[in-house]
Amino acid sequence: MNFDKELDARGLNCPLPILRTKKALAEMQSGQVLKVMATDPGSVKDMQAFAKQTGNELLSSAEASGEYQFFMKKK
Amino acid sequence: MEPKKLAIIATKGTLDWAYPPFILSSTAAALGYEVQIFFTFYGLNLLKRDLSGLKVSPLGNPGMPMKMPFGPKWFRDINWNIPNAVQAVVPGFESLATGLMKQTIAQKGVASIPDLRQLCLDAEVKFIGCQMTVDLFGFEHGEFIDNIEYGGAATFFEFAGESDICLYM
Repeated sequence: MNFDKELDARGLNCPLPILRTKKALAEMQSGQVLKVMATDPGSVKDMQAFAKQTGNELLSSAEASGEYQFFMKKK
Repeated sequence: MEPKKLAIIATKGTLDWAYPPFILSSTAAALGYEVQIFFTFYGLNLLKRDLSGLKVSPLGNPGMPMKMPFGPKWFRDINWNIPNAVQAVVPGFESLATGLMKQTIAQKGVASIPDLRQLCLDAEVKFIGCQMTVDLFGFEHGEFIDNIEYGGAATFFEFAGESDICLYM
């Protein structure tokens, strides 16, 4: 998937992945896509909840060998 | 649309209890909430310029797992059951436990309290210090970070009365 910006939140625990995501999105334009990498298992549910409450669109959420990858489109 | 509002009363001044108000406030701010925290009694310790005095005590705290942040996995998995009577008489036990806790916090990628507090300030979470507690404990405003407003119970209700979520911790 194409993306405009990448955020490495691996090794960070709650609530840092969400706070970093919010900060990264703030520096982007509407419609751009942010890729987030994380290792916090709680981030799967949290990214969904963040998207739902902020109106940003979670395009995909995937897990591979203990790492999570998210693509979020800025509102 | 008006943003949702979160009001928190922070009353505890230990390292472990410093987490809930700062985690919830920074996250709520990231979700677009307007947030205010009223720091009262021991909670005022969380506003000190120097946060190195925050400690965690396993004494009389049966819910706290006592695990080591170093060594092989089997060793780290041991939950040390140290009786209160022993904890109470060993000098420096609390400092030792705090040191181990801070090591665990860093190891697990959990933010430090100074970092979380700064994230709250960056996100414009509003901090209110309880003036009565400042007087009661003989504190001075200079001991606390800047950008705090000082007020009393009525100040808290001004914001809390319009809040969507109100938490006491």
